[in-house]
Amino acid sequence: MKIIICISNVPDTTTKVKFVDNNSAFDTTGVQWIINPWDELALTRALELKEDANNPVSSVTVVTVGLKTSEPTLRKALAIGADDAIRVDFQPGDAYSVATQLAEVLKNNPYDIILNGIESSDYNGSSVGGMLAELLDMSSISAVSGIKLQGEEIKVTRDIDGGKEEISITAPFVGIVQKGIAKEPRIAAMRGIMMAKKKPITVVEPVAVDSLTEIAGFELPQSKAACKIIDADNVKELVELLRDEAKAI
Amino acid sequence: MSVLVYTENWDGRFKKLSNELVSYGSKLAEMLNTSTTVLSIGKVDEAELKSLGKYGADKIITVTDEKLATLDNRAYTAVIAQVVEKEKSGIVLLSNNNTGKAIAPRLSVKLKAGIASGITAVPEKTSPFTAAKKVFSGKAFAKFVIKTDIKILTLAQNSYEIVEKTGQAAIESFSPSVSNDLIRTKVINVEKQTGKVLLTDAEIVVSGGRGMKSPDNWGKIEELADLLGGATACSRPVSDEGWRPHEEHTGQTGKIIAPNLYIAFGISGAIQHLAGVSSSKFIVAVNTDKDAPIFEAADYGIVGDALQVLPKFVDAVKELKSL
Ligand SMILES: Cc1cc2nc3c(=O)[nH]c(=O)nc-3n(C[C@H](O)[C@H](O)[C@H](O)COP(=O)(O)OP(=O)(O)OC[C@H]3O[C@@H](n4cnc5c(N)ncnc54)[C@H](O)[C@@H]3O)c2cc1C
Repeated sequence: MKIIICISNVPDTTTKVKFVDNNSAFDTTGVQWIINPWDELALTRALELKEDANNPVSSVTVVTVGLKTSEPTLRKALAIGADDAIRVDFQPGDAYSVATQLAEVLKNNPYDIILNGIESSDYNGSSVGGMLAELLDMSSISAVSGIKLQGEEIKVTRDIDGGKEEISITAPFVGIVQKGIAKEPRIAAMRGIMMAKKKPITVVEPVAVDSLTEIAGFELPQSKAACKIIDADNVKELVELLRDEAKAI
Repeated sequence: MSVLVYTENWDGRFKKLSNELVSYGSKLAEMLNTSTTVLSIGKVDEAELKSLGKYGADKIITVTDEKLATLDNRAYTAVIAQVVEKEKSGIVLLSNNNTGKAIAPRLSVKLKAGIASGITAVPEKTSPFTAAKKVFSGKAFAKFVIKTDIKILTLAQNSYEIVEKTGQAAIESFSPSVSNDLIRTKVINVEKQTGKVLLTDAEIVVSGGRGMKSPDNWGKIEELADLLGGATACSRPVSDEGWRPHEEHTGQTGKIIAPNLYIAFGISGAIQHLAGVSSSKFIVAVNTDKDAPIFEAADYGIVGDALQVLPKFVDAVKELKSL
C-alpha cells in the first residue's frame, strides 16, 4: 500500500499579512513558509500507519505543486519522515489549477491512499482534495479525523454535525483530513534532517491548465473598537451590558 | 439560469443553516432576476419541505433514493449535477460546513464551474461575478472572480441574516440515476451526541483555555453554556492535552465559528485562535493578563481570575434570567 500526501506550502500561521501592487498581490517579503498544518497532521498519521508492522504500507510520498522556492517545505516533510517527494513545477493559480496538476501526477503514478488537508491556511478554499478526487473519478471522504487499516479494509472516521461516522472503504480513495487525524504534528529530528538531504525530490513538468477563478484584489479587515473593561468585582455589570447594550443574551 | 440551493437535513429536519442558505439563494435570484430552487436529498416530510418556501424557495426538488441514505461524496455530486443540468442552474449554493466542503469542489470539477468558498455576504457584482471571502484565516478579504458560466458558492454558517418571505414553494420529486458502482463508501457505525447545542450552530459559545488550569474546572463553563442555551468550546492546547474533546477546539486548525457571542475564559488570544472566532459578533474576554492579545479582539473584558469570575458570571446570569 502506497500513501501520498498533497502538501501546500503556506505562510507561517503568525505571518503579518500585507499586500503590494495596489492590494493586488500578497507580499511575500520576510515570510516564513511551512507545511500546511492539516497536511502535516496527515503526514504524521501516514508515518504512524507505516511504522505499525501490522499494516501493509510500503511507502509514504509527499507531493506539492509549486516553484523551486517551495522545496524547503518538501525537505521538511522528508525530514519528518516521508520517503520521497514530488514537485510539480508550476506557480499555483486557483485550486482547480493545482488539483489538475496533482491529478496528472497521480494518473500516471497510482497510489492507494491519497491524503489532503481540509483546507490550506492561505486561501482557505477547502477545494483541492475534493477536486482531485473528482478529476480521478475516485471516492473521497472529507472531515476525516481518524484512519485505521485492517488488512485491505480501511476504516475512516468522519466528523459529522454533532457526532462521528465510521466508514469502511478499500483503496484507492482520497481522504481529506482535519484535526484529530493525528494527535500532534511530528517534528523533524536531527537524524531526519540529515537523511532528508539524500532523499529524492522528483520534479515534474506541469500541464497546461486555465484557472476557473481569479482574485481581483485584497482588503484588510477594519480595526475593531477598543475593548470595554469591566471591574472584576462587578461581573454583574458585564452581564447587564451583554443583555442591554449588546443584546446578546 | 436559476439558483440551486442544496441543503442537507438532520434526521428529516432542516435547521437555521438551511434557512440561511435559502434566504441567501433567494437574494441572489432576486439580483439575477431568476428563481430559487432547493434540492433536498433524503427523507423529509412535506410540511418540513414546504417550510423552506418561507425563506424564498420557489421550487423544492426532493430526492429520496435509498442509495443516498448516507453521504457518499461521489454519488451526491453526480445527483446534484443531474439536477443542475435539468434545472439549467447558473449558480449552485451549498453550506461551507463539512458536507458542503465535501461536495462543492467535486461539483466544481464535474460542472467545470469555478468556486468561491466560505463567502459571508452577497456578491459585490454579478458581472463579472465577484464575491468577497476571507483568506489567510481571517487576516484579509479577497475578491474572488468566478470566470465560468456556472458558479458554485459555499456560504459560511451564521453569516447571513434570515429573511422571511410570504411565498409558497412547489414540491417536485426527482429520481436521479445512481449507478451502484459509484458508491464505495459504507457507513458502518454512527455515534451521535443528542440534546447538546452544536458548536457550529450555537448563537452563544462559552470557551476555556489553558488559564482554566484543569479539566476539573469545566463544570462552570458547562453550566454557563447551558444557562445561556449555548455550546462549549476550547483552545487548541486544551484539546491537545485531552482536557476536552477535539470537536470543541476552535481556531485556525479547529472549528471556525461565528456566534453572536463568544465568551473566552483564560484564553490568551493567539492569532491562530482568533482565526476561528473573530467573526463572532461580540467577544468577551476574561484573563488575568491585561496585555493578553484577546483583549484586542474583545468587545468586553474583565482583567481577573477566570476561576473566580465564572461562578459570579453564572450567578449574575441566573439572577437576570429570573427577573
Ligand atoms: C500551526 C498552528 C496552528 C494552531 N492552531 C490553533 C487553533 O486552531 N486554535 C487555538 O486555540 N490555538 C492554535 N494554535 C496554538 C496557539 O498558538 C496558542 O498556543 C493557543 O491558542 C494558546 O491557548 P491558550 O490561550 O488556551 O493558552 P495559553 O497561551 O497558555 O494562554 C493562557 C491564557 O490564560 C491566562 N490565564 C492564566 N491563568 C488564568 C486565570 N486563572 N484566569 C484567567 N486567565 C488566566 C493567561 O494570561 C494566558 O493569556 C496553533 C498553533 C500553531 C503553531
